[in-house]
Amino acid sequence: MCGHCGCSSAVHDETAHGHEHVHADGTRHSHSHDHHHDHGHHHHHEHSAVIALETRILAKNDALATKNRAWFAGREMLALNLVSSPGAGKTTLLERTIRDLGGELAIGVLEGDQATNLDRERIRRAGAPAVQLNTGTGCHLEADMVARGLEELRPDFGSVLLIENVGNLVCPAMFDLGERAKVALLSVTEGEDKPLKYPHMFRAASLLILNKIDLLPYVDFSVEHAFQHAREVNPAIEVLALSARSGEGLHCWYDWLRREAIAARAI
Amino acid sequence: MHELAITRNIVAIVGDAAQGRRVTRVTLEIGKLSGVMADAVAFCFDVVAAETPLAGARLDIRQIDGLARCRDCGEEFGAATLFAPCRCGSRSCERVAGEELNIKAIEVEEAA
Repeated sequence: MCGHCGCSSAVHDETAHGHEHVHADGTRHSHSHDHHHDHGHHHHHEHSAVIALETRILAKNDALATKNRAWFAGREMLALNLVSSPGAGKTTLLERTIRDLGGELAIGVLEGDQATNLDRERIRRAGAPAVQLNTGTGCHLEADMVARGLEELRPDFGSVLLIENVGNLVCPAMFDLGERAKVALLSVTEGEDKPLKYPHMFRAASLLILNKIDLLPYVDFSVEHAFQHAREVNPAIEVLALSARSGEGLHCWYDWLRREAIAARAI
Repeated sequence: MHELAITRNIVAIVGDAAQGRRVTRVTLEIGKLSGVMADAVAFCFDVVAAETPLAGARLDIRQIDGLARCRDCGEEFGAATLFAPCRCGSRSCERVAGEELNIKAIEVEEAA
């Protein structure tokens, strides 16, 4: 039961306790505001106590992510969190990147999947050290899993850590891993309205990579619209288009990576 | 379904704060633009809380409406989505409210 009004729902709409504003132009809308219930709660029993926690729900994950971030900074590492729906081409892009830049940048990979070591093996065959993080039923990576993965991976000073998150456009947006940036992949087979449908993810990302552009002749997909939708959700997002398979556009991604790796060292 | 993970975080934080005492009420603040569904948290809560100091606790969730402020014209407006533009056409808006994900307070039993 709701403690405010006695209704039967656990979920309570704060607007009931907000106040309504009427603007000069007649626009009417409600604002919620903080409630400080300093007044006596008649429903308290004598043997109970209220503790004001005022804690962020994700405080534990965020604290561990901050620790990871400091660890990366101390080692002058660039850490990126790659996110996309399943099948957008994250692992293929990583393989290609390792093969093309392996001689130039020291790259290590943390591979997030619900099950199997398949992607870890793909990355190792491409020539980079990799650790698999299996989440079981979990739909995203959390900061403590990354910390454990780092103990096993032992990445080099000044290296680049690419964290491939679980394929999922919803949950990974909420969990900070300590990365410098989230990189969102979208493939042209998915639909140009994905940024509008999954705004949290595209808002959390610093870079949008549109993958599989070699397939553009075969699908109804407007690159321009996709980028426009991404900017509607996140005006600051950087965008680039490439094909990890054909290699077209990869140089832009590599330039971005080089630039970020240098920036990470300068902190 | 990140609400399960979110709910596990809630139960862990509250369990620590309760320091062994039984928890009878948990008050959360969940913004409507936070990406977390209050109903789904409520759904997960009883299951996750079972066999912890939170078992049987009452869960109150205050939902906070989205509120944005336009960086260009200064207008404040109710925002139903993360990317709602201002009436002036600007998309450069900061979210003032609606992204809260907080544990506000808990009620615990004190030893008699």
